This record gives sequence, C-alpha cells and structure tokens, in this order.
Amino acid sequence: MALLSNTAVLLGKELRTEFRSRELLTTTLVFILTIMILFSFTLQSSGGDSRSVGPGLLWLAILFAASLMLQPGFLREQTNDTLSALRLAVSDPFAIFLAKLIASAIFLLLMEILLLPIFAILFNVHILGVFPQLVLVFFLGSLGIAIPGTAFSAISAQARMRELLLPLLLLPLLTPVLVASTEATAGLLSVQPALQGKWLGFLAGFDVVFLTALWLFGEYLLEE
Amino acid sequence: MTPPSFSPTGIRFEKIDKRYGGLYALRRVSLEIAAGECVVFAGRNGSGKTTLLRIAARLSRPSSGTVSFLNGSGASGETLPAAGFVAHATMVYDELTAEENLLLFARLQEIAEPAARAELLLSEVGLLERRNSLVRTFSRGMRQRVAIARALLNEPAVVLFDEPATGLDPQGVSWFVDKLRGLRDSGRTILMSLHGESEISNLATRAIRLDAGTVVADTRTGANFRSILTFANA
Repeated sequence: MALLSNTAVLLGKELRTEFRSRELLTTTLVFILTIMILFSFTLQSSGGDSRSVGPGLLWLAILFAASLMLQPGFLREQTNDTLSALRLAVSDPFAIFLAKLIASAIFLLLMEILLLPIFAILFNVHILGVFPQLVLVFFLGSLGIAIPGTAFSAISAQARMRELLLPLLLLPLLTPVLVASTEATAGLLSVQPALQGKWLGFLAGFDVVFLTALWLFGEYLLEE
Repeated sequence: MTPPSFSPTGIRFEKIDKRYGGLYALRRVSLEIAAGECVVFAGRNGSGKTTLLRIAARLSRPSSGTVSFLNGSGASGETLPAAGFVAHATMVYDELTAEENLLLFARLQEIAEPAARAELLLSEVGLLERRNSLVRTFSRGMRQRVAIARALLNEPAVVLFDEPATGLDPQGVSWFVDKLRGLRDSGRTILMSLHGESEISNLATRAIRLDAGTVVADTRTGANFRSILTFANA
C-alpha cells in the first residue's frame, strides 16, 4: 500500500510540475509536428505510400520525441539533489520509477492522441473506425518506451556525456518496440483494418518483462 | 499540537571504507556516536565529511564496513529510523511552492496531518507568509530554511547537517542556532559538518577531525576540543 500511495503522491508532483511549465510537452509536440509536416510533403498523400510509410514515420518521430522527453526525468532531480530527498522519504524506491514512467507514458499518450487527427489529415488515412484500437496500441507502445527509458534516464543522469548516453542506450533496445508498434499501427491503417494480436501480445510482454526487471533492480540504479 | 515521541538513536560506524575508483574518500573509519550527542565533523575540503554523512543517511553505501543504529537500550539494527538530512544542496523543488514541497515530503513519509505539520514548520522557519510562493523565487537563505523544515518534517531522532548555514544571513544563523539548541536539548542525535560557523559549532558536545578520509582527532573535552572547533571555523 505504501508503494501505491507513494507513487500517487509522486505522480501528482510530476504532473503538476510539467503542466505548470509545459516544457516537455511543448518541445516534443512541436518536434513531432514538424517531422510529420515535412514528410507529408515528400510522400504521396493518396495511395499506398501513406499507409505503408506513415506508421513507421509516426513511431520514429515518437521515439525521438520520447528520448527528448525522458532525458530530463532524472536530470531535474539532480539540480537540487531532490533525488536524495526522495530516497530518504519513500519506503520503496520503486515508487520513484513507477511515478516517472507513468507520467512519461501519460505525456506520450496525450501527445499521440493530440497528433493523431493531424496525422490522419496530412497522410490521408482513416482513423475514426479504429480509434480505440489505435489508442490501445499507442498505450502499450508508449509504456514500452517509458519503462526502459525511465531506467536509462536514471543511469545516464549520473554519467558523463549524459546527453549522448541516453539515446545510445535506448534506441537499440527500443527497436523491437518500434517494430511491433509500427506493425500494429500499419495493420489498423490498412485497407482492411485489423488489430494484430501477435504484435499487441509482444508489446504487452515487453512491458511486463522490463517492468519486472525495473522492480527487481531499480534500487541499484539510484545508488551513488 | 503535541510532538510525537521519537526513539533516541545512536550510530556505529565499523571499519568504513569508501572508494571512488582508486581514490579513498574514507579509510577504516570506526566511530560510535551515542544517542543524544551533538557531533561536529571538521576537516579540509575532501576530507570525507560529506561522504560520512551520506553513508549515515543511507544515501551512499560503504565500499566495506558496516553502519548500524543503536536504540536507547544499546541494541543495534541496520535500519535507520526517521533521519533528517540537510545537505549542501537544498533538496527541494524550485518549481513547487514552499508549502507544496513540505506537503509532498510529508505525504511521502505518511506523516499524520501533513497540512498542519507543514504549516507549523513554515511558521517556525519564518516563511508562513511566503507559503504559496515558488521556491525558485526565494533567496538562497530562504531556500535553506525550506530545506531545514523539510528535514524536520518527520521529527527525526537523528539529524544530519552538511554545512547547514549555507546561504543563511546572520539573523538566519541565529535562528538556526536556537533551532539546533532545541534539537540537541530534546535528546536528538546531531551530526554536522561545518565551515566557519562559530555560533553553531559551539553547540557541539563532541568534535571529530577528519583528514584524507581518516579520523585524526576525536574528543569531547579539553584543549583539543577547542583546536578541532577552531579548525572547523578556519
């Protein structure tokens, strides 16, 4: 119970500080929007191009935006050594990770839902009929990015060349998530939309495995 | 509001080594701090004072050796109950208000009536009127007051101060001396590292001098006590 109450308190703090500054949301939203607009000009907006390439571009943009979003997660805690204050206050250090990864997943999902209609217009794809399924794919995909992303954010925050280290560690590891999310999204945007269970299952499995690893070993990532 | 009771707690360091790569920050440090002692650590920059305090707070793990905590009857355990830590950094969020900071840490520590406790401490540190101001708008001294309030939220049995007077003006130092005297007289165990605060170091009941990670002097009374404090004041 202490884990849940600590997580809820910390999640409240994460959301409050972000919605007060809107620093991460604004940066990533502008970044993804720019990429989507640029590529919408280079691709044929009608025909198969959009449906086959669009989902990949969308998830690539989300991945890079996420690496921008995840970087400050633990760096902010180093500014005034607030991470030490949190470690002294919480009864289970996993609450610190849980709050940060839930916050990151919420921010990513919020950004994706805001951008989906713009993506549909720019790439001329129909999303209304499959919107709930798309949200499910985005939810699992965003968690798949946020869970290892939060762990590596904690590691890179203590390292030299931290700005370089996070993408270097994160991007290769997230390739399977990117493939699964892209395939699942492409399946939903095809001429005959279908939710592909194998990719959803893969994403759910990836999330569970990395969440368990973080629960088991996360405490060591916070040590000096 | 009646302050909850706390269990008097001492600390025992046994053969503590702390290495960063090949560099020793602490070497074979063995100390026993009795419950209720007010200990000042003196020493040059890099002598290991901060490292020792962070190990006592369980924020840093020693490379070898053990830290145990002694209750009133002398029995030891490895879990430190209710420690307050004021570090050189403020350990509070600039983007939250003073009250939001205290409420956050009070709720994390599951303190009963967090709002009342936060209000009491804000009043004690003289920031009640600025409770709704973001900490980033505060001066360094005001931030340090918030930091001290945060450390005292759970009425700790052990209080660790790493250069606590950082940023405090003379009025703030006087306030801190009164606060520290109150903590000491209530039987709390206090460990602090100091640089140049004579009013504060005079409250110490024991002085320990570290040099290159080793305890080189440790005394409670006598001329050596003054010389170690004088070193702290240098």
